[in-house]
Amino acid sequence: MSVEVRAPAATRTLKFAEALAEAVDEICAEDPRVVLIGARFTGHTPSAHVMEPVTRKHASRIVWPPISELAYCGVAVGAALAGLRPIVEMSTATFSYEAVPQIVNEAAVIAAMSGGRVRAPVVFHMLYGIRGGGGPQHSGSPQAWWWNSPGLQVAMPSSPADVKGLLRWAALRSEGPTVFMDHQRLMELEGPVPTGRHEIPFGQADVKRSGGDVTIVATSIQVSRALEAANRLAREDGIEVEVVDPRTLEPLDRATIFASVRKTGRVVVTDESHENAGVASGLAAIIAEECFDALRAPIRRVAIPPTPVPYAESLERALIPDTERLVAAVRALR
Amino acid sequence: MHRDLQLRFLRTMLRIRRVEERCIAFAETGEIRAHYHLYIGQEAAGTGASAALAPDDYVFTTHRNHGHVIAKGGDPGKVLAEIIGRSGGYLGGRGGTFHVAAPELGIPHTSAIVGGSLPIAAGVAFAVRRRKGQRATLAFFGDGTMEEGVFYETLNLAQLWRLPLVFFMENNSVSAAERAGRGSPTSEHAAKALSDVPRAFGVETATVDGTDVEAVFALVRRLLERVRSGEGPFFVESRTTRWPGNYGAFPKLVGGTTDIAWALDAASAPDGVRAWTMESDPVIAYAAKLLWHGAIDAAALRAIDAEVRGEVDRAARFALESPLPQAEALAGVG
Ligand SMILES: Cc1ncc(C[n+]2csc(CCOP(=O)(O)OP(=O)(O)O)c2C)c(N)n1
Ligand SMILES: [Mg+2]
Repeated sequence: MSVEVRAPAATRTLKFAEALAEAVDEICAEDPRVVLIGARFTGHTPSAHVMEPVTRKHASRIVWPPISELAYCGVAVGAALAGLRPIVEMSTATFSYEAVPQIVNEAAVIAAMSGGRVRAPVVFHMLYGIRGGGGPQHSGSPQAWWWNSPGLQVAMPSSPADVKGLLRWAALRSEGPTVFMDHQRLMELEGPVPTGRHEIPFGQADVKRSGGDVTIVATSIQVSRALEAANRLAREDGIEVEVVDPRTLEPLDRATIFASVRKTGRVVVTDESHENAGVASGLAAIIAEECFDALRAPIRRVAIPPTPVPYAESLERALIPDTERLVAAVRALR
Repeated sequence: MHRDLQLRFLRTMLRIRRVEERCIAFAETGEIRAHYHLYIGQEAAGTGASAALAPDDYVFTTHRNHGHVIAKGGDPGKVLAEIIGRSGGYLGGRGGTFHVAAPELGIPHTSAIVGGSLPIAAGVAFAVRRRKGQRATLAFFGDGTMEEGVFYETLNLAQLWRLPLVFFMENNSVSAAERAGRGSPTSEHAAKALSDVPRAFGVETATVDGTDVEAVFALVRRLLERVRSGEGPFFVESRTTRWPGNYGAFPKLVGGTTDIAWALDAASAPDGVRAWTMESDPVIAYAAKLLWHGAIDAAALRAIDAEVRGEVDRAARFALESPLPQAEALAGVG
């Protein structure tokens, strides 16, 4: 897989995991207020080792917590109130479920409750999604929960350049709490990454492929799948798909999404979380509300059917919102 | 101790060992696709504790469950089939290695979330008590669970409500020299001795060398009488020493598969596992003990081992020949 990015002058090709590690390295070096609570950003993926030099270099900036998610997420919030900029690395996203009271009911409400006087700039980083053999408790995709919790920013990068740019912005510039969600299977993805201190402010969607016939709004790993689907549809059906990547769900760049929808009039929304009240549903509702007059077909969602993710490979495969399902959804629009 | 019981202990422990060794082979051939956890080194704890239970008593376990299910009478073929996600597994391949359970054996649900099973075990005990039943519930969990808040909440509630529940904590990273001791603070636990903690709640505790199957059996049999008579929960700390192949998320057969001849001369084990085999291997130690006491001779030991290996070969074949579950297996479970 490789993602095309309209690149500024100087870039190098990096894996997603390498760009992520580079971001963590720079963040620690540039801002002494940053502290890491856990630091296994690359999980059990084949590229896990790329974090090793970074964690060695910045060992004094890392605390390795006991298995106490609720407490250490709350500690991160408190540390942020007192002037640090903590990044919590939670590993598998489902472990964050243990910490929901601190993330959703504390971190998210602090700024609103104080009229903006008190801020909690924490990053909660986690690895979500169907990773292969994770079974029902290690394949979770909680992005819709966070998006449904006002006060949290939600980042879902799809490319090496975006993970670096978004993480740098969240850790160094943001004043609010962020849930930063990387898909487990993106770690090996290669793509160009601008040299230097590449940063992407939240709330800027990116058109990853231009096309005039159909819009696919895709998050995170779904961008790669949508680009593959777009290439196939161009080749086999002559359909030109535009792929719009919101990059952050909150804040959401509605203007870029609406402009594409108004151009094509046909929309598929896709996210690797569950269909029922999921991210795809939320995006579809926003588009329907604002662009109904421009739509020439009902909006289609491509997401995980509403069943817990099973372990067996055959069952898991049946649930993944893959390229095949995206191609079928686009064809069904015609 | 009765010789039949001793031979049963030996067979069960060997069965667990051979199944776990087979898992490593399955991981090498890609049948196990992601990380997994083995019970090698803890066989005596699961075997001794389960042998003290009545067949209809409840058991709860964790991500490290294979040995517990086998010790409760689990069929090695159905266990292995579940571990590799096949339709012949106890859960039809839906749960996989992290979640092996066997409702028909009193193991209704296995959580791979640290602490996830513990309050559920308390709930089963609560239901038994409300219905004035006699069934006990024994919850196996790791020392890591005592890093989670849910442990303390469950302990408190179980004691307040005098639930018929055995907290069976497996502390599996104790040095050989410390196994008979009570422990010291670590980077994860501030408590000097983990078994002191429940006593602050008024819960009675015991520590046991978890490599000594007869000691574990005797302890659990005794405390079950108390638990059944309504005196409330009991906490056991079983202390074992980590098998050298168990470091990291991907176990390795550092010294090859266990050679039963090591029971005659533990020093003949290869470099990577020699010290552990001599000091901390519950299976080899027990075989050696039975040889020493004349309960069996070397030929009988070899025959038992060959029998168990044959049984596990057949189980592995059953698992491999068992088909992948079909998508219909997902129907009706959303
Ligand atoms: C809530 C939660 N956090 C983190 C994990 C990841 N995890 C799986 S096993 C494990 C260590 C558990 O240690 P312990 O309870 O001592 O069990 P052992 O593996 O030693 O048997 C961790 C942190 C998890 N499964 N659940
Ligand atoms: Mg442990």
